[in-house]
Amino acid sequence: MGWLRRAIGYLGAAAALVAGWWLLALIVDSPALPGPGLALGDFATLFFSDLLPELGVSAWRVVASMAISVALAAPLGLLVGRSPRLDAVVAPMIFLTYPVPKIVFLPVLLVLLGIGGAPKIALIALIVFFQILVTARDAARQIPAASVLSVRSLGATRSQVFRHVVVPAALPDIFTALRISTGTAIAVLFFSESIAGTSGVGYYIIDAWSRIAYSEMFAGIITMALLGVVLYELLEMAEARVCAWTRAGR
Amino acid sequence: MARVEVRDISVVYEGADRSVRALDSCALDVADGEPIAIIGPSGCGKSTLLLAAAGLVRPSAGEVLVGGRAVDAPRLKTALILQDFGLLPWKTVFHNAALGLEIRGVAGAERARLVAEALERLGLAEFASAYPAELSGGMRQRLALARALALDADTLLMDEPLSALDALTREDLQGLLLDIWRQRRHTAMLVTHSIEEAVFLGRRVVVLSPRPGRVAAVVDNPEMGAEGYRETSAFYERCAELRALLAAEGALHGAAAGGEA
Ligand SMILES: Nc1ncnc2c1ncn2[C@@H]1O[C@H](COP(=O)(O)OP(=O)(O)OP(=O)(O)O)[C@@H](O)[C@H]1O
Ligand SMILES: [Mg+2]
Repeated sequence: MGWLRRAIGYLGAAAALVAGWWLLALIVDSPALPGPGLALGDFATLFFSDLLPELGVSAWRVVASMAISVALAAPLGLLVGRSPRLDAVVAPMIFLTYPVPKIVFLPVLLVLLGIGGAPKIALIALIVFFQILVTARDAARQIPAASVLSVRSLGATRSQVFRHVVVPAALPDIFTALRISTGTAIAVLFFSESIAGTSGVGYYIIDAWSRIAYSEMFAGIITMALLGVVLYELLEMAEARVCAWTRAGR
Repeated sequence: MARVEVRDISVVYEGADRSVRALDSCALDVADGEPIAIIGPSGCGKSTLLLAAAGLVRPSAGEVLVGGRAVDAPRLKTALILQDFGLLPWKTVFHNAALGLEIRGVAGAERARLVAEALERLGLAEFASAYPAELSGGMRQRLALARALALDADTLLMDEPLSALDALTREDLQGLLLDIWRQRRHTAMLVTHSIEEAVFLGRRVVVLSPRPGRVAAVVDNPEMGAEGYRETSAFYERCAELRALLAAEGALHGAAAGGEA
């Protein structure tokens, strides 16, 4: 039932989007903005031959980098948030480095790691790492004292408090941060793939653009959008499974 | 087995810019298997007293002994029900009730049996897979009780466990608490704002002074637990006696009087 309503919602939204696109293409009337018919046609014919391999490369880069950053940032953020002593050391470092736009380090990463997948994964991981770190730390700090006390009264050790209280209480916030990060991650992916390298959907889009193959370029754009939607939806599904309690009693 | 000796404890909370003395040389002796009620003005340190007895707050002076041993960490046979129940919203009814057993490392099958028993006893069996958010206030309260019961504790510390309930549910659960005590004969310390509840559930009623809390008076209540006690004139007289004592402590002018509407 739930997924059916969702699918209908997605179809409706897609239809509205295509209609708007079609209208805009009519008004702009430029080869740089082909109508949806042309672009979707190219998308359909090119998907399995040209786009799918690039999509695989790009998806791997995003998923790997997000997995790395969440694996590092979530535990660290929770620990820092629960330990005033650790927080006193780490928080100033976070506040100092968080506002720095990490994307400017791309040239450095390109020099250090070459122009393959590694610098892209590193850059996305670096950016998402801080978003998760800050969220996890805040979530851990906001856990109600009563929850911790009640578990401690049952004789829980520090690690049991983490397992039964801190981690489950922070998970919904961490999932939200992850979902928001998919947008950032894909933007950074596009940027880094279009600057350097010869693979990935970002490269495909820029390559089509330089060849003035506008409908191909749009097929690439659709693929990039698809990657974002699928990632977002997968995270949503994972959250619904892992954090079922957030939907209880509403 | 589980006599609770509170030996002249003082508790001071160190805040950011000031410190609050919650308890000052508070002394109290609860016999093994004795149920007592604790009553006093809001903010006088009742919760603090229970937390100290549970080993969650360290007194700055004095000590608490349970079963003859000083508590400096939570004790396995003590169950504490917090003022807001302390249920975990991300765990189902079953897992909330099982939490204490899980933390104590009780094996899965045995755990399931004990929890099922406790949930059955409290009429929550069919809600085992619900989340706390899906329960009514009275059910949440019973769940907190189930968690404590599953532990087979010999000492039950309860911080205003029934204060959030309507009058009917409240009397119902008061009866349940009494039944459980009659069956198990555990040592009980019940903090309450309700004079009737204190007289109904406390063999002795301890009156605390305004903050910093000390024991201002102890009212003996030997008829507690007798059949139909609530309807007797002795019950009303005991309530009146307690009300007078509380008024003398200045407890009936502040927020504490709200619980007695
Ligand atoms: N964690 C804490 N940090 C600082 N001060 C605290 C803390 N807990 C309680 N206090 C202070 O200690 C005093 C006693 O608090 P306590 O919660 O024990 O009172 P109480 O008698 O249970 O009140 P109530 O009837 O309203 O529940 C209060 O003045 C309160 O401000
Ligand atoms: Mg209290």
